[in-house]
Amino acid sequence: MSVLYLVVPLALLLVAAGVGAYLWAVKNGQMDDLETPGIRVIRDEQ
Amino acid sequence: MATSVTPSPIARAATIDCTHCGLPALGVDDADGPAFCCSACATAYAMLNTHGLGAYHGFTERRGAAVKPSGRGFTDFDHEAFQSRYVTRSADGLAHVQLALEGVHCASCVWLIERVPLLVTGVARAELDVRQSRAAVTWDPAATDLSAIARTLDALGYTPHPHRGGERALLRRMEDRAMLIRIGVAGAIATNVMLAAVALYTGELNTMDAGSLRLFRWISFALTIPALVWPGRVFFTSAWAAVRTGTIHMDVPIALALGAAFTRGAINTISGSGPVYFDGVCALVFLLLVGRFLQARGQRAATDATEQLFALTPATARLVQPDDSLLDVPADAVGVGSVIAVFAGETLPVDGTVVRGVSTLNRAILTGESADVRVNVGDTVHAGTLNRSAELRVKVHASGDDSRIARILAQVDESARRRAPVVLLADRLASRVVAVVLVLAVITYAIWVQRDAAAAWDHAIALLIVTCPCALALATPLAMSTAVGRAARVGIFIKGGDTLESLSRPGWLVLDKTGTLTVGNTTLVSWLGDDALKSTILALESASTHPIAAGFRRAWAGTASSANATATHTIGGGISGVVDGHAILIGSPRFMASRLPHARWPAWPTGDGYTPVIVAVDGCIVARATFGDAIREDAAASLATLRARGWRTMLLSGDADAVSRRVGTALGFAPSDIFSEASPEEKALRVRDLVMASGTGRTPPCVAMVGDGVNDAAAIAVATVGIGVHGGAEASLATADVAMTRDGLAALVALDDGACRSMRVIRRNIIYAFSYNTIGVVLAMSGHITPLVAAIMMPVSSLTVVLASWLGRTFTPETR
Repeated sequence: MSVLYLVVPLALLLVAAGVGAYLWAVKNGQMDDLETPGIRVIRDEQ
Repeated sequence: MATSVTPSPIARAATIDCTHCGLPALGVDDADGPAFCCSACATAYAMLNTHGLGAYHGFTERRGAAVKPSGRGFTDFDHEAFQSRYVTRSADGLAHVQLALEGVHCASCVWLIERVPLLVTGVARAELDVRQSRAAVTWDPAATDLSAIARTLDALGYTPHPHRGGERALLRRMEDRAMLIRIGVAGAIATNVMLAAVALYTGELNTMDAGSLRLFRWISFALTIPALVWPGRVFFTSAWAAVRTGTIHMDVPIALALGAAFTRGAINTISGSGPVYFDGVCALVFLLLVGRFLQARGQRAATDATEQLFALTPATARLVQPDDSLLDVPADAVGVGSVIAVFAGETLPVDGTVVRGVSTLNRAILTGESADVRVNVGDTVHAGTLNRSAELRVKVHASGDDSRIARILAQVDESARRRAPVVLLADRLASRVVAVVLVLAVITYAIWVQRDAAAAWDHAIALLIVTCPCALALATPLAMSTAVGRAARVGIFIKGGDTLESLSRPGWLVLDKTGTLTVGNTTLVSWLGDDALKSTILALESASTHPIAAGFRRAWAGTASSANATATHTIGGGISGVVDGHAILIGSPRFMASRLPHARWPAWPTGDGYTPVIVAVDGCIVARATFGDAIREDAAASLATLRARGWRTMLLSGDADAVSRRVGTALGFAPSDIFSEASPEEKALRVRDLVMASGTGRTPPCVAMVGDGVNDAAAIAVATVGIGVHGGAEASLATADVAMTRDGLAALVALDDGACRSMRVIRRNIIYAFSYNTIGVVLAMSGHITPLVAAIMMPVSSLTVVLASWLGRTFTPETR
């Protein structure tokens, strides 16, 4: 089971990366308006 | 004044839809070409086509509402005072502004508004936030003016207003982001600690080696520290603040439970034996934060609906200088007594009296009445109303925060924040529960410690977690703020939650007559003449903006107007024209007497004090319509409903006895409950007597006074619940507990309905919360739940209450 000592910290690193991405997204205002962009993309054919 | 109309096409084209908005169209030029319901839609259509945005008309989902431009000039948008307040400039020379838009409905609105750069050269970018109806516009000030952009948006049906709550919105967004970050971090940690816990539980069953066990325990420990230090810190700081001020609230047991569980878990981790509570701790932090976030959202609902009203008056006013020149000044800075000029197409920035000029005003913002009203020298006018036809000079009574619209808004704002006594009661209840819980936790530990020390910790912590009284504390304020917010959305502005509670105990309902039970003075009350004439009259009146014409159109809305009307001429006192080859005259008796001095008048009964309108065909007087202060259509039915619900009704009028009795009897008031010719003081006295007679117990029946005028204000103030109706004077609105912007008495029924439903939701919430806690205490003390199960159960009870408050049908749009 010694592989755990490698895999678990690796998993935690991945989690940290995910949290970091989330923090970046929130601070960049990606979560401010969850409605309009979804509508916008449908009509953006031009 | 003379107007002429082309043959009315209403009858032929009823089945064709407007090419722009999809509503039934009125006029068609040729069968295959575009058809429009109004000239505004035609303008918008032409504008889109010339700029290559014809694709809009191919969308299946369109706004489905007619384009209603305000017709304002928006010149104040270009003024320095406006620009310095709302417009920001970036280094590249571009200007940015946030505009609150009216009439944003659907997906195609996003498409259309974000293509404004194609419509107005010089606009770099336009981005819409659908939910907030707010557009962020970036443009080049050298290439175009903001007023031109505003006029384009207006012509498309999206009347723009400056977004005033800028700082508040920014603050709120920062709060939201901080909260989302906390939730995200807590969630990520909680799920991973939970995974470690799964490994530990299954590992214990399947003989995991000691090294791996230790690894997972230490990982959980390491992960829990940031969860408590970062997102979980809010509970400790809040609990510490409560302890320091000597109060006790629900963050105290939460902090205690978190602290105790973490300490115990840490000791067990280091010693290498016994349970670790990290999974429960992290789950609790995460779920509590989610609950708080939802609660904050719910409490915001009340202010959100009213926030958009904040941008209704222009930012600048044109001050008339002593030498008669005009000077633009910020609207808030206009002094009482000074005179300002308001051009046609501008919105009034202040309250005041007209000192020069005759014009028509649209007062929809204050009264909801869409028809324009004539104003003359000496008339009182209000900020927020739109000057339609000519320049007016207005002597200022009140500006800025003192204006009527600002006061109404301030009231609504206050109502969103005011905490009712019932809410405070729930808070007191919660702090008592907290004290009891702390004692019970100690008892639980004391009982179990003799048998099993580790289990004692377990059970005491589970008890602390499961009995968290947040659901109880949430129950009342959440239900009330949701109800108040929803009521605001259907045009009923309630000042405080206690009003809802009072209204749920019916007692006396005292009603003013004029304006409350009756409409105004341009309603058709009787028609003596041939019904076939109706279409003829409508054909002539359709082009007129006179209140009488509007009265005819309202009364006979279902009747098609005759197609062959030509040469309509409006002259003072009447209207003349040719319909289907007959010469028609419609007007006052004096107008008839002057036009047809020799005509024979039919023997009609007297007019009962109503305003008569006479109709003559080919020189013969054939019909009479009377206009007057008619009883509201929904009054009888609404009063019957309210009486059936236990309200006793009283009519309290300042009007003449005969009129009051006629209206009162027609609406089923008992003769002894009709009081006429009452002065404002008498009205107040009568209402006070009723309140006294209702008793002073803990839950006395409610005495509600419904009125609209200044003469009702005193009575409204002394009543248990004062209700100011549609278009009321500001004195009555200021003292009223409820202000209604909806027409008619149906709103009263909706209010009564909503109050009863809100109280039902509150009672249900309290019962849910209490039963959860009681069951929780029993299970925890008897040792049937672990801290993890408790951590899941606790937020579930809060979420139940949140959901019950949201789903509770209090004030629904259908009650409109």
